[in-house]
Amino acid sequence: MEGDAELQDLYREVLMDYYRSSARKGEAEAADLRAHGINPVCGDELEITARREGGRIAQLRYTGHGCVISQASAAMMAEALEGAGVDRAKELVKAFKAMMIENAAVASLPAELEQLCALEGVRRFPLRVKCATLGWNTMLQGLEGPSGEDPR
Amino acid sequence: MSFADLRQDFPILKRLVRGKPLAYLDNAATSQKPRQVIEALVDFYENHNANVHRGVHTLSEESTSMVEAVRAKVADFIKAPKPETVIFTRNATESINLVAHAWGRKFLKPGDEIVLTEMEHHSNIVPWQLLAEEKGVKLRFVPVEPDGTLDLEKVKAAMTPKTRLFSFTAVSNALGTVNPVQEMISIGKAAGATVLVDACQWAPHRPIDVGSWGADFIAFSAHKMLGPTGIGVLWGREELLEAMDPFLGGGDMISRVTLEKSQWNALPFKFEAGTPNFADAAAFGPALDYLNAVGLDVLRKHEEALAAKARAMLEAEPAVTLLGPEDPARRSGVVSFNIAGLHPHDVGTVFDLEGVAIRVGHHCCQPLMRKLKCGGTARASFYLYNDESDLEAMARALKRTLEFFKVAPQAGAR
Repeated sequence: MEGDAELQDLYREVLMDYYRSSARKGEAEAADLRAHGINPVCGDELEITARREGGRIAQLRYTGHGCVISQASAAMMAEALEGAGVDRAKELVKAFKAMMIENAAVASLPAELEQLCALEGVRRFPLRVKCATLGWNTMLQGLEGPSGEDPR
Repeated sequence: MSFADLRQDFPILKRLVRGKPLAYLDNAATSQKPRQVIEALVDFYENHNANVHRGVHTLSEESTSMVEAVRAKVADFIKAPKPETVIFTRNATESINLVAHAWGRKFLKPGDEIVLTEMEHHSNIVPWQLLAEEKGVKLRFVPVEPDGTLDLEKVKAAMTPKTRLFSFTAVSNALGTVNPVQEMISIGKAAGATVLVDACQWAPHRPIDVGSWGADFIAFSAHKMLGPTGIGVLWGREELLEAMDPFLGGGDMISRVTLEKSQWNALPFKFEAGTPNFADAAAFGPALDYLNAVGLDVLRKHEEALAAKARAMLEAEPAVTLLGPEDPARRSGVVSFNIAGLHPHDVGTVFDLEGVAIRVGHHCCQPLMRKLKCGGTARASFYLYNDESDLEAMARALKRTLEFFKVAPQAGAR
């Protein structure tokens, strides 16, 4: 990949690592949260499952198919949100979306999302922002229920 | 006429994309517009703009005659004897929906069957699903072969005594498969079905002859054939159009209105309720003139030669898989491919950085993609203004993609 700075800015090494990693792929055991996300523009799909214990996300897994951006972003999300309190997880999702969609400063990302600054370069490709947020929107839908109500 | 000169007529081809000259290879999604069409739009608004079929003032007369002249031109283009059988819609999708509403709702009964194929665009599936739900009609699908073609024996087998409509695409937008339109129409007609041809991917490249085709409805969009957006065509057999109910109600489509009841206007106005998109209709004329001047046969030879070179370039890479028929006679100027281990979106982004505009994803053909077991494809589609420079840009983009993602040369990719 040496030498292609323009592409390296979008497809940072850390993204490629998450894309190839299967560490958080699969299904959460005894899942009590299940959400299905689809990007109708490209057909990318994600299935997110999680198990909540004592107000925290004990385990978070994803399966699906899609581009480097959508899959790496989901993998990074699974890592960042696992272990977080449910309310904190919602805040983190919103903070990530603010960075991607509202161009909020990368420096303002909460510490738990430090790695996510790797997706900064995606903002130069407006049509790919939806790829980056697919997992996060799916997770939010799972946390808040389809009608936006908290099912807990 | 030389194809090199012709590029000068398309102002957009001069622009840069991400610092590189634009190589526009997304023609199956929409075509670019020649200066003649752009100027016709400006001229219409600057000199002739007035509502059509209303009033007696000079401008209204001019705009009406301009639109009706284009209707006659469309009729000539598809060799339809009567211009009033050419209905202007917004696009081919609306044309198909018009048939579903105005013909399907009136004439189909529970238990009737509609035959489609698995390679249809969503626009030739969803309107029939909506109708099927409403009317209790059954949908049957002709399967797609692994090479992206249709087997005529299976087309025949899909027809039953209950088949009332056979609606299919002439050319697959996703794979570039050119279907044996004539034979398929004959099979549908022999089964007693009404036949609709989605000619969206056909009309920009190949001649249509409604008389020799023998279909009942033909749908296509102006924007894929050098024309403006917002204008589609539905050609229909006159007696069917006459027998159908209107699509939308409103002005223009009536001859007499009382508070209780209305009488429908004559063709084509019965199906053109409300103020139509007359400015774009007027500017569709120069697009047809342009295609006629170049000649569809000449144009097709040019773009298919480029597509063949693109295929050869892709085929030389072991990591690339080409989709669609092997037989050049059954292929359009669409080249659909995948690179091992890469999602089409990532391919499309690298191509964009080289100024190369291709379509990536499911091409609005999710059932087809599911059948071929791929989430999507990357698709380069050629048209008359493409040339060797576009192939060179594509070669640079391909090389950059393979190098950056370190795609290992391997066969059997998808």
